[in-house]
Amino acid sequence: MTTMLSINNLHVSIDGKAILDGLTLDVPVGEVHAVMGPNGAGKSTLSYALAGRPGYEVTAGSATLNGDDLLALEPNERAARGVFLSFQYPIEIPGVPALTFLRTALNAQLKARGEAEITAPAFLKLVRAKAAGLKMDFDMLKRSLNVGFSGGEKKRMEILQMAVLSPKLAILDETDSGLDIDALRIVAEGVNAMRGPDRSMLVITHYQRLLDHIRPDRVHVLAAGRIVASGGPELAHELERGGYDQYAKVAA
Amino acid sequence: MSLARAITTGDLTQLPSRRDEDWRWSDLRGLIRVLPAPSPAHIGAGTPGPFAGLANREVVIVNGYGPAAIKVAAGETQTLALRFIAARDAGAHVARAAIEVDAGATLTLLESYEGEGTDYVVERDLAISVAKGARLERVIIAGDDQDAVSVSRADIDLSPGATLAQTVLTHGGKRQRLETHVAHPGAEASVRLDGVYVLGAKRHADLTTVVTHAGANGVTDQLTKGVVNGQARGVFQGRIVVSPGADQTDAKMGHHALVLSDRAEVDAKPELEIYADDVACAHGNTVGALDDESLFYARQRGIPEAEARAMLIGAFLGEVVDRIEHDGARGVARAWLAEQLGTRP
Ligand SMILES: Nc1ncnc2c1ncn2[C@@H]1O[C@H](COP(=O)(O)OP(=O)(O)OP(=O)(O)O)[C@@H](O)[C@H]1O
Ligand SMILES: [Mg+2]
Repeated sequence: MTTMLSINNLHVSIDGKAILDGLTLDVPVGEVHAVMGPNGAGKSTLSYALAGRPGYEVTAGSATLNGDDLLALEPNERAARGVFLSFQYPIEIPGVPALTFLRTALNAQLKARGEAEITAPAFLKLVRAKAAGLKMDFDMLKRSLNVGFSGGEKKRMEILQMAVLSPKLAILDETDSGLDIDALRIVAEGVNAMRGPDRSMLVITHYQRLLDHIRPDRVHVLAAGRIVASGGPELAHELERGGYDQYAKVAA
Repeated sequence: MSLARAITTGDLTQLPSRRDEDWRWSDLRGLIRVLPAPSPAHIGAGTPGPFAGLANREVVIVNGYGPAAIKVAAGETQTLALRFIAARDAGAHVARAAIEVDAGATLTLLESYEGEGTDYVVERDLAISVAKGARLERVIIAGDDQDAVSVSRADIDLSPGATLAQTVLTHGGKRQRLETHVAHPGAEASVRLDGVYVLGAKRHADLTTVVTHAGANGVTDQLTKGVVNGQARGVFQGRIVVSPGADQTDAKMGHHALVLSDRAEVDAKPELEIYADDVACAHGNTVGALDDESLFYARQRGIPEAEARAMLIGAFLGEVVDRIEHDGARGVARAWLAEQLGTRP
């Protein structure tokens, strides 16, 4: 069993303040792992650090994707290697239609990998198919990216981008928050449709509900900047009953 | 006191200086120590201008020489390319033209300032009248050289029910002032006054506008956006005066700029002077950096930094370009913008 993502003793600071404090986590190829943990534990910080957000300073430790050092790469290079982050709070980009944005992104990734750019008709066909699968109105994609979209629409837009960009490692940061019950099911189906032997996922969530749809292979508890417990899917149920208090001691 | 007076008299004390409140960010007296020799006479242009192919009539003024009076007869519709060229041998000159748009006529005026020379010093003066119910859309590409000093001034007189829509596009000059003065009668006349500046290196551009509402029921909608990089300086001075009696005036002014380097600068002075009643006036002015979060979001999706920046800046400025009504001119403006940003249109 080969490892897709390997994080070892990762320390990350923001503005000199230590947020991740020796985090270690492996995600094998083809597996879906859930990360749960209290507010402020460092879950988004982990996802940003893996994606390469400026200001997230790695002070110690390592993170590799298929054995390659992720942390040495620019954010766009990480993306081209297959890292996709579904943002907890997706960004609005006025003046750039969602379709234009997505096509620019896809072509940039293809170019970085030395592949041919996608033609306009092939791109539209691809996006139409993926949008239909997520029950999204295609006309919405002609609007400025995320501008005026509802919270749930923005999350669907993230999943649509993931489906089109077809990453190797998808990090979903609270993709379930803000979704109604039907949308949650549709998004979860979209995510499940992308599960495969070549793809790994890190699913950050607060709720068991999402994990009922997306059955994770492993569940990890992140508290105070570290993974403090790991287990099978049953761990999520335990958390639902017992909360995070039981880990406060471990973290401290 | 003006650059034109200094050029025609040779008296440099006639130059506006930073002690003049309206010129404090665009000082000419401290900049011009000697005037270059007067520009030699020329007739006609050897090259097509930026709006080539869009106009049904072309007027070319080279080094200040060319036709001075342009008229669009009542009810006529015209697309006119008006080209002010500072030829390779240009020194100092004043170029003047007068344009009359008669009642009910429609004129699309595609104006270009073409700097073939380098360190010329010129003033371009336009007197424009737009008669009752007539429409003027003015799109200007100010393509001055990086070593050129220029002042371009338009005085536009609107009659009741007239429409003026204007978009200035510039990449600046060594010192470049683009001035528009609008005499607005109110009386259902409407004005859109837009501008885009994209400045790099040591370039400077000053977009100064004065709109004076003299009567009731007039509309003015102004939007200027700019980006400065390197050691460039952008200046926006927008004044809207709502005179006594100009009640029910509806005036909006927006100026928004992105400063992309530590050594670049934007100076803005939006002024609304309101002496009338029941007036709807709003203005917004922002000067800031490119949004880091948007940039990271685009890069996370795989778009390299330079391309992501150009995309975001293009979208920011594109809002102004999109307001150009004439399809062909809007296309040229988009291509101009892409060229400034080094992207595909
Ligand atoms: N720019 C910043 N400057 C200082 N501290 C920050 C900054 N960004 C995040 N933090 C802090 O880092 C800690 C971890 O935040 P993070 O967003 O990673 O938490 P999280 O686990 O994702 O929480 P949530 O479940 O609420 O989304 C918090 O204490 C937060 O206040
Ligand atoms: Mg978070």
